Amino acid sequence: MEIAAPQAAVPVIELVGVSKSFGAIQALKEVDLSLYAGEVHALVGENGAGKSTLVKILAGVHRPDRGLLKINGEAVELRSPAQAQAAGIAVIHQEPTLFPDLDVAENVFMGHQPRDRLGRIDWRRMYREVDQLLQSLGVELNVYLPVRGLSVADRQLVEIARALSQDARVLIMDEPTASLSPREVDDLFGIVEQLRARQVAILFVSHRLEEVFRLASRVTVLRDGQRVITAPAQVLTPEETIRHMVGRELAALFPKEEAAIGDVVLEVRHLTRAGVFRDVSFQLRRGEILGLAGLVGAGRTEVARVLFGIDQAESGEILIDGRVVAIRSPRDAMRYGIAYVPEDRHQQGLILDFSIAKNITLSILQRIARFSLVRSRQELKIAADYAERLRVRGGRLTQPVRALSGGNQQKVVLGKWLATEPRILILDEPTRGIDIGAKAEVHRIISELAARGLAILLISSELPEILAMSDRVLVMHEGRVSGLFSRAEADQEKVMLAATGQNSRESR
Amino acid sequence: MSTTTTRVEETRWRTRLGGKRFVALVSRVRELGLIVVLLLIIALVSLQTPRFLTPGNFEQILLSIAILAIVAVGETMVILTRNVDLSVGSMVGMTAFVCADVLKNHPQTPVMLIIVLGCALGAMLGAVNGLIVALGRVPAIVATLGTLYLYRGLDSYIAGGTQVSAYDVPDSFLALATTHVLGIPALILFAAAIALIFAYLLRTTRAGRELYALGSNPDAARLAGLHRERLILLTFLLSGLLSGFAGVLWGARFATVDSGAATGLELQVVAAVVVGGVNIFGGSGTILGAMLGAIVLGTIDNALTLLKLSQFWLQAIDGAAILAAVTLDALITRWLQRRLVSGRQR
Repeated sequence: MEIAAPQAAVPVIELVGVSKSFGAIQALKEVDLSLYAGEVHALVGENGAGKSTLVKILAGVHRPDRGLLKINGEAVELRSPAQAQAAGIAVIHQEPTLFPDLDVAENVFMGHQPRDRLGRIDWRRMYREVDQLLQSLGVELNVYLPVRGLSVADRQLVEIARALSQDARVLIMDEPTASLSPREVDDLFGIVEQLRARQVAILFVSHRLEEVFRLASRVTVLRDGQRVITAPAQVLTPEETIRHMVGRELAALFPKEEAAIGDVVLEVRHLTRAGVFRDVSFQLRRGEILGLAGLVGAGRTEVARVLFGIDQAESGEILIDGRVVAIRSPRDAMRYGIAYVPEDRHQQGLILDFSIAKNITLSILQRIARFSLVRSRQELKIAADYAERLRVRGGRLTQPVRALSGGNQQKVVLGKWLATEPRILILDEPTRGIDIGAKAEVHRIISELAARGLAILLISSELPEILAMSDRVLVMHEGRVSGLFSRAEADQEKVMLAATGQNSRESR
Repeated sequence: MSTTTTRVEETRWRTRLGGKRFVALVSRVRELGLIVVLLLIIALVSLQTPRFLTPGNFEQILLSIAILAIVAVGETMVILTRNVDLSVGSMVGMTAFVCADVLKNHPQTPVMLIIVLGCALGAMLGAVNGLIVALGRVPAIVATLGTLYLYRGLDSYIAGGTQVSAYDVPDSFLALATTHVLGIPALILFAAAIALIFAYLLRTTRAGRELYALGSNPDAARLAGLHRERLILLTFLLSGLLSGFAGVLWGARFATVDSGAATGLELQVVAAVVVGGVNIFGGSGTILGAMLGAIVLGTIDNALTLLKLSQFWLQAIDGAAILAAVTLDALITRWLQRRLVSGRQR
C-alpha cells in the first residue's frame, strides 16, 4: 500500500528492501521507506518495532544486511556517521550529543569551522554566522554560552543549527519531544515547519500520535521490523494507526492458568515521585498477575523501584496486608516479602562469573551459612531444587552463568529471587531479548507461581505478553495511570490507546 | 513598531554581550585565582625574607621551571583529550642521556643536529604511546605507566651504568642553557616561545579545537566526524617531541647526566597542569593556566628553600596544591552549571 508523495519525483533518500539482524533477532525485514524534499514523514511503531534500527541505518551507524540505500535515486553505502553527514543527513537525537565545555557557536561548527586564507579559524565569522542561523530560525540563544547548562530544548536547537550549517537535506528527529515541555514542543514544531518550507526532508520518529498527526504529511507504521503501511496523514486516524501498530497474532503465547485469586496483599495509594510518576494507585491480590503496560518512559520501572525501596516516593502510601509500611531500602522490601527482577539482568540481576548455584543462593546466604561460612552442600541442594523447578538447562550447577543462553539466565535470576520465598514478585520485562521457546517457558513458570499464590506485578512492553498473562491490566501514560482493564475487557487497541494517552483525550 | 524592534535589538545585544563577558570572566577565574594565590605567597614570603623579592630570585624561579613548563605544554594537550602521559619523565631522561652521549663520542656534532635528534627521538617514543592508546585502545594511564618503566629501562640499558659529565660535552652545547638574550636566560625564552606558539595553535586551528571537543564528549566527537585516533596520536607525538626537546635542554642545563635523569618529573608536570586548571577529565583548560600552575609550584619550592624549611614539606605542599586545585575545579564547574541554568530560567 504505497501512495506517492506529491512534491517531487525522486525521493531525497530512500530505503529499498532493507533488512538487518542482530544475532538471532531480526530487527528489520525488507523495509521500504522514502523521504521527499519538503515533507515531514512520521515513523511510528511500538517499542522494539525497529524504529531506532532504521534511524541508525540512515545515520550511518549500522549497515543493512540486505537492501539498498539511495540518495537522489543513486545507491550509496554509508560506512560511518561522518559519511552520512557528508551525504547531507543529520540526526537530532532524543538526548542531544554535544560538547558541554564548548560554546554554542563552536558546537554548531565543530569539524567544519570557517577558516581564513591562512587556515586559521575565523572566530568572528563563526559567531556571526551562528547568530544569523539562529535568528533565521527565530531563536534567541546566546552564541557565547557554553552548552553545559542549556536546557534539552536549547540543545536540540543547537543540533538543528548544526545540521543547517552543514546544509543537511535530510533531518531525522528521533523522539525529539520526549523531554520537552508543551511550550517547547510548540516552538520546535514551528521550526520544523520552517525547515519543511526550506525543502528539507524530515523523518519524525515518535510514538506520540497527536504530534504525528499535527506535523506529518505521511505516516509509515513499523511492526516487528516490517513496514505495515505508508499513507498520507489525512487518510489515517489515530485509531487506525494504533491498529496497524499492534495487530499481532496471540496464538503462539502461553496463556495464564486459572488461579484462585485471594486477598489483597499489596496496595498502593496515590503514590507520587515528582517528575517521574504521579498519583498511582492499585491493588494486587494473592494469585493474581497484574500487567503493567505502557510505553518506554511511562514510569513503570520507576514505580517498581519505589516498591522495592531503591527510590523513595514523595507522597502516597504503600500497604502490605492492609497495613501501611515504609520501604526505605531493598532490605526492607525483602523483609516484607517483595522480590524484584530488574529489566537488565546482566547489570542488576546476575553475577556472570559466578556459578548457577552461587547466583541462586546469593540473596539467601545467611540461611545456608553456619558460623558465617557458606555450606556448599546446602548451597547445591537448594540451587538444585530451584534449577529443577525452573528447568534451567545448559549445564551443571557449578558452571558460570555466563555460559548460559539468555532464557536460561533469566530462569536463574527468577530462581535467585524465588529462593527468598517472596509473596510479591515484581517482574520487569522478564522476556526481553530471549528467544520464543524460552519465552513460553518463562510464561509457564510465571503462571505456575501465581497458581501457587504469589502476587505478581508484570511489567512488559509487549502487549501480547501482557494480554495473555494478566488477570488485570494497568496502563500508564507519562507518569499517570491512564487505564485499568479486566482480562475480559483488555484488548490491544484499548491498551494501546491508553498507553498513548488517546483515551483520556476522548473522555475529556 | 520600529521602536519596539530597536528595543528588542538592544536587549538582545546587551544580553549577548553580558553573556560573553560573563563567560570570558569565568574561564579566567582559574587563572585569576592562581595569580591571587601567587601574589599571596609572594607577600607572605617577602615579609619573612628580603632575599625573596629580588629580580635575581625571580629569574631563578623561572629557570627552575622552564624545562618542566615545556613538557607541561605537551601534557596539557594530552590531558585535554581525556588522556594522560605518565612517560614524560622517562622520555626526557632518555633523550637527555642519548644526546649527551652522542656529543661525548662525537664532540663535533652541531648543536642544531643534536636538537633535531632529541626532538625526533622524543617524537618516536611519543608516537609509540599514541599508537598503543589510539589503536590499541589501552587506557592512557596504563599504557604510559608501562612505557614510563619501559623507556627508563631502555635508558638504563643504553647508559649501562655510565654517566656523561660536563667535561665530556662541548661548551657550545652547555651554552644552550646558559646563554642570555637581551639579558633573559635562553631557557626561559624557549619555554615562553613554545607556550605562546602552542597556545596560539590551540586557539586558531581546527585540530586545536578538536582536542577540546574530543575531551569534552568523545561520543559527540565521533558523531561530528572527528578522527579520534589521529588526534590522540598527534597529542602523544607532540608530548614526546616536546619532552625530547626538554631532554636536550636538560642535558645542557645539568651537564652531568646518567640514566636516572628527570626521574619523577611526570608527577611534577601533571601537578602543574592540574593546578593550572586543566580539567583532568578533559575538555577544558588552557596552556596559559598550565604555565601559571608551574610558576605557582616553582615559587612554593623556592620559598621553602629560602625559608630553610625541610624539602620534605615540598611534596606535602605539592600534594595539597593538587587536591585544592581539583576540588576548586569541581566546585567551579558545579557553580557554573547552576549559574548558567538559573540564568536561562530568569
